[in-house]
Amino acid sequence: MDLKDLYRDVILDHNKRPRNFGMLAVPPAHEARGANPLCGDTLRVWVQLDGERVTDVKFEGKGCAISVASASLMTEAAIGHTRAEVQAQFERVHNVFTHHDAPLDPALGKLAALAGVRDFPARVKCASLAWHTLNAALSAADAEQPSATPPTVQTE
Amino acid sequence: MTDDTANTAANAQPFSAAEVAALRADFPILHQQVNGKPLAYLDNGASTQHPRSVIDAEADYYRHDHSNIHRGVHTLSQRATDAFEAARHKLQRFINARSEREVILTRGTTESINLIAQAWGRTFLQPGDEILVSRLEHHANLVPWQIVAGQTGALVRPIPITLDGEVDFQGFLDLLTPRTRVLALSHVSNSLGTINPIEKFIAVARERGIITVIDGAQAVSHMVVDVQALGCDFYAFSGHKLYGPTGTGVLYGREALLEAMPPWMGGGDMIREVRFEGTTFNTLPHKFEAGTPNIAGFIGLGAAVDYVQGIRLARIAATEEALLHYATAQLLAIPGLRIIGTAPHKAAVISFVVDGIHPHDLGTILDQEGVAVRSGHHCAMPVMEFFDVPATTRASFAFYNTPAEIDQLVGALHHARELFC
Repeated sequence: MDLKDLYRDVILDHNKRPRNFGMLAVPPAHEARGANPLCGDTLRVWVQLDGERVTDVKFEGKGCAISVASASLMTEAAIGHTRAEVQAQFERVHNVFTHHDAPLDPALGKLAALAGVRDFPARVKCASLAWHTLNAALSAADAEQPSATPPTVQTE
Repeated sequence: MTDDTANTAANAQPFSAAEVAALRADFPILHQQVNGKPLAYLDNGASTQHPRSVIDAEADYYRHDHSNIHRGVHTLSQRATDAFEAARHKLQRFINARSEREVILTRGTTESINLIAQAWGRTFLQPGDEILVSRLEHHANLVPWQIVAGQTGALVRPIPITLDGEVDFQGFLDLLTPRTRVLALSHVSNSLGTINPIEKFIAVARERGIITVIDGAQAVSHMVVDVQALGCDFYAFSGHKLYGPTGTGVLYGREALLEAMPPWMGGGDMIREVRFEGTTFNTLPHKFEAGTPNIAGFIGLGAAVDYVQGIRLARIAATEEALLHYATAQLLAIPGLRIIGTAPHKAAVISFVVDGIHPHDLGTILDQEGVAVRSGHHCAMPVMEFFDVPATTRASFAFYNTPAEIDQLVGALHHARELFC
């Protein structure tokens, strides 16, 4: 294992200058909160929809380089795509995190930079937190009556 | 009490490099490579490693003497009972309890404190009573009090800490009211290493009849603890932070208080006579020891006590103090590194943050260099909140650590900075 496999330049860059860092107004956006109880990291993700299309995603939080870079890359990968496309990307990313030897799907694009995580099992939760939180925010959008408090997900 | 009483760290000599090398040979686990580098185990605050004598004591027990205790007249049961009770006797002498009746054997500090909160607290706390808990506490000396407060209507009040990471004595005095019933305080902070001057807190509490509950998990491996000299009502610690097995712990309690408390858990061993019409309970300490305990673990813990007393706790303390000073100076020379917890009296624990590098990333990078540290909130989230950091990296030292291992830590931190900064 090489540290440079985990901390690739793309990861370090997104950690230093996270993209789409900030908040969206609720409503019209939907929010979810994520927490990693192991390390105390917390994350908030906002998603804005126009019908089936994700028009904007923002996030805020404190976390390690892996969790911040993963969230940042995720926002770029989601904005402008349909919910079905985002879901497909979520499944591809999840597959990368959890299957050590799975070949990298070319459709991952820049997200392939996250693949180094699978050699560091203790860090998979850091990388997956943002994705689970985005999923929860999208689920919140499906609720007919928006709840006063945003849904919260935890890494297990 | 042990010979250590007269030999405080102040007049004891640290182990020489040759002595440390010889002592390291007692610890098989230390001699290995991790990720291609020699292991530098600097996570002793989480759990200490075991000398061969402890491992052998447990294994020998299983090979030759294992049976259940306090039951059966056969030879193995008698041997197991004798060995188990001999361990209790060693622990009683180790902390200078008045008698073995005051030494309850538990699964660990956490269980010890829950036992006090439930058996004493649930029985004697009234709505509106106040429980003072320092902001420095491990969650294990906070959450049990929150639970019993919820059950009884008592209130948990945080004692403030200073910017150095000490419990604020004046802040404690200011919080005292006629309703104050409990003081829950750590002897040594697990997250920062602060050695609290608990004697003066206990003195004030005793004058007012406030029950004192001391979390000694981080203290007993670093200093001589004499519960009679401290004057506390309860003192809790864990075996696995004292070079002993996991799943072993001690609750010292003042006998009169233990007598007044009802049992916490019911079951075998804690009873005298059981009838459906009513049950009478065993005498101390067995009243609080329901079920078959970790017999082998306590025999191992007895061996661990023999080990630290054999090499002398005072010399352990002096050695660790030298390591603390060396590590503090080396770490402070790293640009962007800030030590959290700068009390004048500290155990060999250094919590720190490095600008621009999250503790979790540091933990991974250090591990790749063979250095084991803890990164996270150290089960002390209120402490992290106070210092406005999500987490810290914590290096915690034992007498078997060396200056070379501290250099290895420092080298790994420079490597992390090259990668990130």
